[in-house]
Amino acid sequence: MSFPLLTATAVVPAIGAIATAAVPAAKRTAAKWLALLFSLATLSLAAVIAVRFDPGAKGPFQLTESHAWIQDFGVRYDLGVDGIAVALIALTALLIPFVILAGWHDADPSPSSQLRSSRGGPNEGAEPNRPYSWRPTQGFFALILAVEAMVVLSFEATDVFLFYIFFEAMLIPMYFLIGGFGDRAGGRGEQQAAAQRSYAAVKFLLYNLVGGLIMLAAVIGLYAVTAHQLGAGTFSLPQIVQARASGALTLGTGTERLLFLGFFFAFAVKAPLWPLHTWLPNAMGEATSPVAVLITAVVDKVGTFAMLRFCLQLFPEASSWATPVILVLSLISIVYGALLAVGQRDIKRLIAYASISHFGFIILGIFAMTSQGQGGATLYMVNHGISTAALMLVAGFLISRRGSRLIADYGGVQKVAPVLAGTFLVGGLATLSLPGLAPFISEFLVLVGTFSRYPVIGIIATLGIVLAALYVLVLYQRTMTGPVATEVRAMPDLKVRELVVVAPLIALLLFLGVYPKPLTDLVNPAVQHTLSVVDKKDPKPTVRVDAVPGGGRHGGTAQTQDVEAAK
Amino acid sequence: MSSVASVHSLWTAAAGAPGRIPAPRIEYVQLSPTLIILGAAIVGVLIEAFLPRRSRYYAQVLLSVVALAAAFAAVIGLAAGGFGSSKAHLAAMGAIAVDGPALFLQGTILLVSLIAVFTFAERRLDPVAHGKRVDSFAAQAAAVPGGEAEQAAVKAGFTTTEVFPVLLFAVGGMLIFPSANDLLTLFIALEVFSLPLYILCALARRQRLLSQESAVKYFLLGAFSSAFLLFGVALLYGYAGTVSYAGIAEVISDGARQVDPALAGTMGNDVLLLIGGALVLMGLLFKVGAVPFHMWTPDVYQGAPTPVTGFMAAATKVAAFGALLRLLYVVLPGMRWDWRPVMWGVAILTMLGGAVLAITQTDIKRLLAYSSIAHAGFILAGVIAASQDGISSVLFYLAAYSFVTLGAFAVVTLVRDAGGEATHLSKWAGLGRRSPLVAAVFAVFLLAFAGIPLTSGFAGKFAVFKAAAESGAGWLVVVGVISSAIAAFFYIRVIVLMFFSEPKADGPTVAVPSVLTSTAIAVGVAATLVLGLAPQYFLDLAGHAGIFIR
Repeated sequence: MSFPLLTATAVVPAIGAIATAAVPAAKRTAAKWLALLFSLATLSLAAVIAVRFDPGAKGPFQLTESHAWIQDFGVRYDLGVDGIAVALIALTALLIPFVILAGWHDADPSPSSQLRSSRGGPNEGAEPNRPYSWRPTQGFFALILAVEAMVVLSFEATDVFLFYIFFEAMLIPMYFLIGGFGDRAGGRGEQQAAAQRSYAAVKFLLYNLVGGLIMLAAVIGLYAVTAHQLGAGTFSLPQIVQARASGALTLGTGTERLLFLGFFFAFAVKAPLWPLHTWLPNAMGEATSPVAVLITAVVDKVGTFAMLRFCLQLFPEASSWATPVILVLSLISIVYGALLAVGQRDIKRLIAYASISHFGFIILGIFAMTSQGQGGATLYMVNHGISTAALMLVAGFLISRRGSRLIADYGGVQKVAPVLAGTFLVGGLATLSLPGLAPFISEFLVLVGTFSRYPVIGIIATLGIVLAALYVLVLYQRTMTGPVATEVRAMPDLKVRELVVVAPLIALLLFLGVYPKPLTDLVNPAVQHTLSVVDKKDPKPTVRVDAVPGGGRHGGTAQTQDVEAAK
Repeated sequence: MSSVASVHSLWTAAAGAPGRIPAPRIEYVQLSPTLIILGAAIVGVLIEAFLPRRSRYYAQVLLSVVALAAAFAAVIGLAAGGFGSSKAHLAAMGAIAVDGPALFLQGTILLVSLIAVFTFAERRLDPVAHGKRVDSFAAQAAAVPGGEAEQAAVKAGFTTTEVFPVLLFAVGGMLIFPSANDLLTLFIALEVFSLPLYILCALARRQRLLSQESAVKYFLLGAFSSAFLLFGVALLYGYAGTVSYAGIAEVISDGARQVDPALAGTMGNDVLLLIGGALVLMGLLFKVGAVPFHMWTPDVYQGAPTPVTGFMAAATKVAAFGALLRLLYVVLPGMRWDWRPVMWGVAILTMLGGAVLAITQTDIKRLLAYSSIAHAGFILAGVIAASQDGISSVLFYLAAYSFVTLGAFAVVTLVRDAGGEATHLSKWAGLGRRSPLVAAVFAVFLLAFAGIPLTSGFAGKFAVFKAAAESGAGWLVVVGVISSAIAAFFYIRVIVLMFFSEPKADGPTVAVPSVLTSTAIAVGVAATLVLGLAPQYFLDLAGHAGIFIR
């Protein structure tokens, strides 16, 4: 039996979570280093996965592990990765150390409570006779690692039930991260900020829990159908896909559609797709910016990933049936998210709405059912993760300096803190998909993929790019340029720790923007496999293009240059 | 004259042939769990009568623990001896079934009761009164609340150690209830466990009027439901000419073979069957706490001493669902096309009703009461499956749920202020900051109630919904998950309150319990996590136990 690499990648952060939580209350810094160490160990394991994974190998899943778990439910502990999963595991493992570093001081006890515990007289504080055992710092980093473990497992699971368990269970640590830790920058009193946070946390949890429970009904329905037709109920994705292909398992049209809707609803809440998106701005606005990154760059990816892996592969016909509606909804997401981002006064909410717009692109790419679309969507998941992380973390640094999230409270920052402003600009430009930075390629592929099948939708989606330029540049202009606002005058530039967070992310954006081949090579076979399960082929070009040899996907770089020229 | 003679001849015929009455054969070994408990209960009464007051507490606790453990060992022994599967049969002249479901449920009830005894015996939570440690029960139940006699009793340091034999009697009845195989035994078992519960509910040390009120409510409504059940038994007897489960089932499926002359006018009359069956069901649904027979639950749960509430919520539910399963699966399987639609309605009402009403609650005990109603609805979904999967999923759910409930109520006993337990939700604000451990444990229980994956609540919920979906009740499952979502809202609200609210200055403190309550809570947490992470062994156990003997 070989080394269970996939299990180890999830177990390491889980152990890290427990170890971090167990660090005594006084040794806060030790807890931080411990958490960072475990996240780096996870990153190295993820790197091993990426190296050992062979994109050209046959079979949908590699590095598989399989153990019996709950036989009565037909549940197995089945893990396996395809190229998409490898890319997303790498993204997760990569971002978590930055999240931990960026949130280094976010969970330190607030000055007021520090005062309380340091005075520590017998009549002071909440708990007179007992040591103050509330350990927010340890909790914060332990929860982050717990989320990482669950996210990694849900990327690896090839058993629907196993996936569902971690898909649901990760809500609980996320909920505590959102509700328990704020950035103290709401511009209101402590009491009111706590109320806002807890509102955001509850909204997050209820939306996702309802989605998850609806999915539970569909999961149970899937079990009932397989138990009825295959003799024994199963949740194994490869087995169900194979049974459907061989005709051993046939779903009635109505059943398939209902099951698909159950699954898709949960993923659409998670992703989030308009009109199920309203929890995201609250959650991202109230949470600290590292947690906001965790939400949008890591956890939400599980939703779009699951659409590709489960919705399309389990229910191909229903996916085609629902495609028009989903395309329209994602189109609305793109335009609506971008429009609302333009109108935001709060920096973090602006980024949240921008994310909604970008998730629209991802879902558009997935359901365009072309190889460019889905390949682009997968690339977009990774690139959006990196670019949003860069923008959001720098925004977090900015906000923590001024203690305000409002755009109007800033001005002229680039004169005071040029490095901060510069990194913010790069993050922003990545968000608006500037050619040369990573998101551009993915957005372009999504649009090309959509256009080749649905030209009108492709054209309307392009509006999203224009609006993105508007909200990003206006944000930059209002906060960084112009006369220096009085409160900003003494603002320090980025510290070493912050540079360590931002510089690699920006380097990665540039690298993947110029040379995305490693990523596309990783992802494309998996996308082809998904498309073959859904039984879709790329539409033949109707216009004869002369003298362009090859064409199609490999012409990506040539087309890139064209668009650059057009701009 | 002649008719009198014929009736008389019946009597004489019956009495005239003494040799033809067989001596009842009682399988003492197979009934040993019940006999041990009832015997210990009688010994407990004798202890109350003869032992000096100071040594009663230790004697009673020891006796109860030993008796419950011995009875549990007996259940294990019987199960290991194959009485749960191959050797399952009817004992005591067909009055008691010894089979898989009976043994599984008896084992669950005994374990739950054992832990409940720990919480009953807890004496470190209430402040010391007049130099003596006291438990949650009234000093002298007969004393008028607030009267001189009560003050004298408190001053003298009296404690109501009678609770232990009373508890054992209740447990004895609960052991018989799910294994009763004729309607009369069912009724007697019902009374045997209900009457002690009424008494236990009235025994709270604090807020005695509330406690007594709850006992009276419980008693009155319980008496009504008993009467319904008894009336139903009479009608079913009229229909089938027998009270034995197998006999009734036979008449339902094949029609009456030999018509009893005295019942010639009624036997085989479907009206009697339908009304009688419905009335018996109502009696059982009352005990289960299903809507619309749930009205007693919140008041009784709130008023009763919290250890009693925990015991009642866990053990009564197990016993009552066991009896319900046996009734529906052994007596009325031929009628499932009649009872399934009705039970659909009851299950939907129960799930939604419990979940929706719980949202508005401001008292933690009432909240848990409504949540127990919602859970009864989920279990009913498994009952409705009418398949072997249905039986085993319900068995599993009951085992999983009862430990969570017991643990949750044990935590409630810890959170106290000057007036005793601080059950008002507003007082729980910020508990997570004062006592992270207690709040975290309670959060685990709440998450299990909410059915979050990796807890026993999820495994149980999945099991019953799976059984329901496989039997074609897909829409019931949809209603189930919707009410789960509603229910999740108020569980989460409590977690929000505990962790994200600032603690109040005059908030409650968390009492440090003795090893007794700590054990109860630890067992609850362990069961919640083990049944959530690795439920396979217990699912197997419930799966093997899923066949009723007829």
